[in-house]
Amino acid sequence: MASVDLIWKNGRFGQTSRRDAWWGESLLVFLGLGAFIVYGTWAAFQGNHYTHGPYLSPFYSPEIFGDSAHSWFGPKPAWFPDWMPFSPALLILWAPGLFRFTCYYYRGAYYKAFWADPPACAVGEPRNTYLGEKTLPLVLHNLHRYVFYIALLFIVVLGWDAIKATQFDDGFGVGLGTVILTVNACLLSCYTLGCHCSRHLCGGGLDVVSDSPIRHALYQFTSKLNGNHKKFAWASLISVGFADIYVRLCSMGIFTDVRFF
Amino acid sequence: MRNVEFRIWRGDGKGGDFRTYTTGIDDGMVVLDAVHKIQAEQANDLAVRWNCKAGKCGSCSAEINGLPRLMCMTRMNSLPLDEPVTIEPMHSFPPIKDLVTDVSWNYEVKKRIKPFKPRKPDAADGTWRMQQADVDRVQEFRKCIECFLCQDVCHVLREHTKHDEFIGPRFFVYTAALEMHPLDTEDRVPDLKETDGIGYCNITTCCRQVCPEHITITENAIIPLKERVVDRYFDPLTRLFRMFK
Ligand code: SF4
Ligand code: SF4
Ligand code: FES
Ligand code: FES
Repeated sequence: MASVDLIWKNGRFGQTSRRDAWWGESLLVFLGLGAFIVYGTWAAFQGNHYTHGPYLSPFYSPEIFGDSAHSWFGPKPAWFPDWMPFSPALLILWAPGLFRFTCYYYRGAYYKAFWADPPACAVGEPRNTYLGEKTLPLVLHNLHRYVFYIALLFIVVLGWDAIKATQFDDGFGVGLGTVILTVNACLLSCYTLGCHCSRHLCGGGLDVVSDSPIRHALYQFTSKLNGNHKKFAWASLISVGFADIYVRLCSMGIFTDVRFF
Repeated sequence: MRNVEFRIWRGDGKGGDFRTYTTGIDDGMVVLDAVHKIQAEQANDLAVRWNCKAGKCGSCSAEINGLPRLMCMTRMNSLPLDEPVTIEPMHSFPPIKDLVTDVSWNYEVKKRIKPFKPRKPDAADGTWRMQQADVDRVQEFRKCIECFLCQDVCHVLREHTKHDEFIGPRFFVYTAALEMHPLDTEDRVPDLKETDGIGYCNITTCCRQVCPEHITITENAIIPLKERVVDRYFDPLTRLFRMFK
């Protein structure tokens, strides 16, 4: 096919005839994701103040090894290399981190906000070369579904944490922390189950879905969640960060947990 | 009536520049009305392509204040009128004259996509049976009016001119309509990966944002096709599973 002869030299960074604040959305994504990454990294390296009573910060759950009562297999094992920084969060946070890093929504958002590829729709880019997701390294995003399988395990664990957050020393109860951890588990479930891979596996990969009623119902359900995937991506990002801050402040004694009953 | 200034690109395949026109705008006018008024009163040789004035023929695609839009569906009162309104032809295709571009590349691409190949008829009278639930999904794609605004905004074509390696969002929508059709038996997944360049799409959703028919291009067409390509080529488990099937 004959190459198309374009006369437009769009390829100047920021070149556009757009009049609106086209940089606004990318700036918000940059600040939002940037703030979360900075706070999340800081919180993960702390290794303390991640529990309060029955509450466990979602950054630290599951606590595979650690000093709190929530730990699955006791304290840091003797074989753990001394030179490596240890925190229960560092053992597990790679999974939700990779899940978001390879998420279709976040990919589109951070290619714009962090890599200006493009900086916004119909706005000139800083680089002429372009590989897209066709070659290494970005072709690895095609393995997103494997991180999705791991993320499914995390929502089970965080759901269990929300149930355990009702088990106070004096018996069953509900505190503000219980509500926060429950809302967080729900938002994370909506985000995870609305993943494009989830939708594909439930029925999106079939051309005829009507003869498998269960898969059809699952496909419709995941498609509904998927339609709001961006909203759940942000809502769950905020809720997971906020849940950590809440548990941290309670544990540090800066904030006193409110007990409803 | 108020006077509004327009900057309209005038030129052809060799180049051009912006000319300024001022004309009176009435309530309810769309950009195409203003262009026609300028054409009638001040620039009889101004080339503009249009047909239906109802957002259904996909002819009047242009860039208004830098954004790909249909001129007949963009109301003047939705634009800031205290500054000049910029109107340019689409950047991803060669200009023929003024606001008219040569979109024939798209027709060539379309010819390459494997056509609909239905299974054998279900009934003796040569007809088929299918469930509404199974066609629901592809019906959205049939709303396409081939305005090519999505092709215009896509940075893979617009910025990186990969016209030879990438079919663009319009034709992912077209492929999705065929590939997900319950009666279709053709296999377009190898083409998607190899010649259609689906891996170039970095899902930045600009195509979906400009589509005048509000087709959820990225999420309902491109990503599901990408997932089918993953099934076939990248997922080690499905590959293993196929080997033993
Ligand atoms: S989502 Fe993909 S096809 Fe659509 S404009 Fe972006 S890169 Fe192009
Ligand atoms: S998908 Fe939408 S934007 Fe693209 S050609 Fe069709 S109607 Fe136009
Ligand atoms: S697509 Fe967003 S989590 Fe999978
Ligand atoms: S004139 Fe037909 S879509 Fe604008």
